Amino acid sequence: MPKESSGRIELLQGTLDMLILRTLLFGPAHGHQIAKHIQRTTDDLLQVEHGSLYPALHRLERKGWLAAKWEPASKDQKREYKYYRLTAAGKKQLAAEESKWKQMASAIARVMWPAEEG
Amino acid sequence: MFWRLREQREQDLERELRSDLELEAAEQQEAGLSSEEARYAAQRTFGNSTLVKEEVREMWGWTSLERFWQDLRYGVRQLRLSPVFAVVAISSLALGIGANTAIFQLLDAVRLRSLPVPNPQELAEVRVANGDGMGINTGDNPQMTNPLWEAFRDSQQVFSGAFAWGTDTFRLGKGPGAHNVHGLWVSGSFFPVLGIPPARGRLLDSQDDHHGCGPSVAVISYGLWQSEFGGLDSVIGGNVTVQNRSFEVIGVAPPGFVGLNVGTNFDVALPICSLAALQSTNASFDRRDVWWLTVMGRLKRGWTLERASAYLNTISPGLFDATAPTGYQTSELEQYRKFRLAAYPAGKGVSPLRQTFDTSLWLLLGITGLVLLIACVNLANLMLARASTRQREIAVRLALGASRRRLIQQLISESLLIALAGALLGLYLARVLSRAIVWFVSTGSNVLQLDLSLDWRVLMFTASAAVLTCGLVPALRSSQAEPGAAMKAGARGTTAGQERFSFQRWLVVSQITISLVLLFSALLFVRSFRNLMTLNPGFRERGILLAQIDIHNFLNNGHISPTRLKPLQRELLDEIREIPEVESAAMSTHVPLDGSSWTLGFHLNDVRGSSKFTWVSTQYFETMQVPVLSGRDFNGRDTESAPRVAVVNETFIRQYCGGKNPIGKTIRSIAEPNYPAATYQIVGIVRDAKYANLRDATPPEVFGAAQQYPAEGPWGPIFIRSSAPMSSLISTVKDRLGRQYPAMQIDFHVFQTQIRDRFVIERLMAALSGFFGLLATVLATIGLYGVISYVVIRRRTEIGIRAALGANPGQILGMVMNEAGLLLLVGLVIGIALSLAIGRTASSLLFGLKPYDPLTLATSVGLLGAIGAVASFLPARRASKVDPMVALRYE
Repeated sequence: MPKESSGRIELLQGTLDMLILRTLLFGPAHGHQIAKHIQRTTDDLLQVEHGSLYPALHRLERKGWLAAKWEPASKDQKREYKYYRLTAAGKKQLAAEESKWKQMASAIARVMWPAEEG
Repeated sequence: MFWRLREQREQDLERELRSDLELEAAEQQEAGLSSEEARYAAQRTFGNSTLVKEEVREMWGWTSLERFWQDLRYGVRQLRLSPVFAVVAISSLALGIGANTAIFQLLDAVRLRSLPVPNPQELAEVRVANGDGMGINTGDNPQMTNPLWEAFRDSQQVFSGAFAWGTDTFRLGKGPGAHNVHGLWVSGSFFPVLGIPPARGRLLDSQDDHHGCGPSVAVISYGLWQSEFGGLDSVIGGNVTVQNRSFEVIGVAPPGFVGLNVGTNFDVALPICSLAALQSTNASFDRRDVWWLTVMGRLKRGWTLERASAYLNTISPGLFDATAPTGYQTSELEQYRKFRLAAYPAGKGVSPLRQTFDTSLWLLLGITGLVLLIACVNLANLMLARASTRQREIAVRLALGASRRRLIQQLISESLLIALAGALLGLYLARVLSRAIVWFVSTGSNVLQLDLSLDWRVLMFTASAAVLTCGLVPALRSSQAEPGAAMKAGARGTTAGQERFSFQRWLVVSQITISLVLLFSALLFVRSFRNLMTLNPGFRERGILLAQIDIHNFLNNGHISPTRLKPLQRELLDEIREIPEVESAAMSTHVPLDGSSWTLGFHLNDVRGSSKFTWVSTQYFETMQVPVLSGRDFNGRDTESAPRVAVVNETFIRQYCGGKNPIGKTIRSIAEPNYPAATYQIVGIVRDAKYANLRDATPPEVFGAAQQYPAEGPWGPIFIRSSAPMSSLISTVKDRLGRQYPAMQIDFHVFQTQIRDRFVIERLMAALSGFFGLLATVLATIGLYGVISYVVIRRRTEIGIRAALGANPGQILGMVMNEAGLLLLVGLVIGIALSLAIGRTASSLLFGLKPYDPLTLATSVGLLGAIGAVASFLPARRASKVDPMVALRYE
């Protein structure tokens, strides 16, 4: 797919899963909402490609970190969306990934800006 | 279950994507776009939804399996669409795989497989290294006399254990139910040193093998135990009758052990010492000039064959001095004393089969290998041609983003289908073919028994080689297509793709090359076989029955004394000659063309020479229709008391008499054990006839009168000539002699059949190589036809343009034929060179023609050239008939 804007940052490999899990911590959401939420929170800096979103959702669901259910959106009673919800295992996984990410970020920071650290 | 679940997921995904897409569109609309614009915008952000689905499906994990299944079904559909292609491809592959597996199985069974005994690599055979003449090498694999074996056994130190055995034919049972079985004479150490455990009872050991043991104990094979004794345990301790003597059965050999002679399974094993009791007179047991035992041993730890041979060399003088036979002249004895023993590898058993089949089987393996190669090349070619017609499809799919891997996978799955079907059919063919070959080379008197259990390794090897060459190469090549170029080429339909194309040309060239080699060798073998079959041996073959009387048995059981043999011979012949259907009958000590020979040294005036000696009764030359050229035949007056006379052949005169008439001259034969010196006057000359072997030139021959044989005997088969059917003649002779001599055991053989049976290998080579040669030619023809057709289709537009510009059909025909002719020419030239190089290896199997026989080469080149020309003419003519309007509009 063509890359449109130079202002956007490619998602780092493996971070999408963590972002999805984190997003769902606020409560159940469907695919579109998740994508929009990530985009909005990052001021459109992170663009979630649908080509990677849906495979990621299905992968997380298969691993048992997400559970999915077809439910009508609260506003519109007729239309149903596939809502994903964080499972207990998913919460544990999120915690694990978060701490891993934190370690990683601080490690990278120490290499990149040693003066600030001291 | 699986499919329902999958279906559900598919719907679920579809619904999810759709709902999110609609939501996106709705949001876009809210932002102020028109509904249509909003839908497009939503789709843009979503990107390629099919791709998204694909990727999600990939996530589900069963796609690869599913794809494979899809590809297979697609492959089956493709094959169904072109049944001719499928049949040609599968059957040629099956023939290649089947033939290779079958021949390899045979080769493995007679040559490569180790003996089913513990540590077979330790086994070594002991033979006379410089043994020639003096009776060595007269049987299947005999290398030692019994006295020599005993001396060796008692003094050797190289082997942790040594053993000896000899093969024989035993008469098993009593009365009318008696029949011949394969017998083994074994030393007491035979089973213990080999390390064979009994299946039942116990096996022979050194306690059983001692001088003077008499008819005592016997071991039977597992096969015989099952077939004759119903596998009953009660057989142990019971008695069996062998050669009319009773032996106690002490045990049964295990099922896997069938003796050390590959191809001939043993039925009954007796200790060597019992032989003395079975042969009342002149027993080979004591004879120092009868070589009938094979000796093997287990090398001690750390001993190599070289070291063992060096050791054997040092003990040889003592052994041969101690066992020197009596009855030879000093010069022969000197030769005997110079004999040296040496050790040879024996872990795969001994096999006369190995010597006779060796070259043939390797050659056949080479031939079938080439057939497999040509089948693969053909298949690769066909696949390539097919792939190229799908070039546009492939290019389109590549352009649409299909991965190369995926495309290769699909193309391979089609070849895999063909290979699988071919391998399955090949498996079946291998079984049929190997059994057919064994049946083919088994003759009435000698049934081959080989362990032909299927070797999976071989099948896997040939099958996977086939898959790789047939499937992978074309698949890889066609998937290399550059989308742009391929689509353009397809659209313009001109002459692009030159590179891929020349690969195919090379395939055809190699096909023609290999076919020529195969066709040439096929013609060589067929012609050589024909030469053998049509060769006039110099005597009559048809309408002659051989009656073989087991005289040893007759003698041993006291029905007659050895001094009565000469009168008995006369009586028997008189009896047979009285039968009305019998035209004439005679006895001879030698059966022509049976491979055996009897040579004696002699003095003729001052010349010392050696010649074949045969003792024949009266009417022998008449029965065999060997013309007496000068002098006289033997007659009733040539009795024991009359002066000894001899008849010689033309070669004898040429070699020893300088071509001058020898009648009246005398020959003095040189003494050998049991055969004292004697003087003969030459009274007649007969025309040359073949002696031991059709292939060999006629040797000098001396015929003596059987009644004047200088010792007891002689004895030999009775030759009965008759125009009556052989089966009725057999029963008449049997009845007549049976009334007169009820105790006599007689075996009958049809002379012509016996001769033909000796050429089974030649016949096998002719039949198989002929078949494969034909197959190769057919495959190459298909290949050439396929490629030229393909060329024509590819150049259809070009040809159309040429035709439109005024080229006449003849010119177009010439153009295409030139192209085909070039391929043929290159293939044939390389083929000729290869044929000449390869023909050399077959030279030992050929008769009456040289391995570079020009006529055969010219014939095969001409034949293949003509077939190739026809195969390319058909598509060429189609090209010449291309209507420019149709061809150009085709775009």
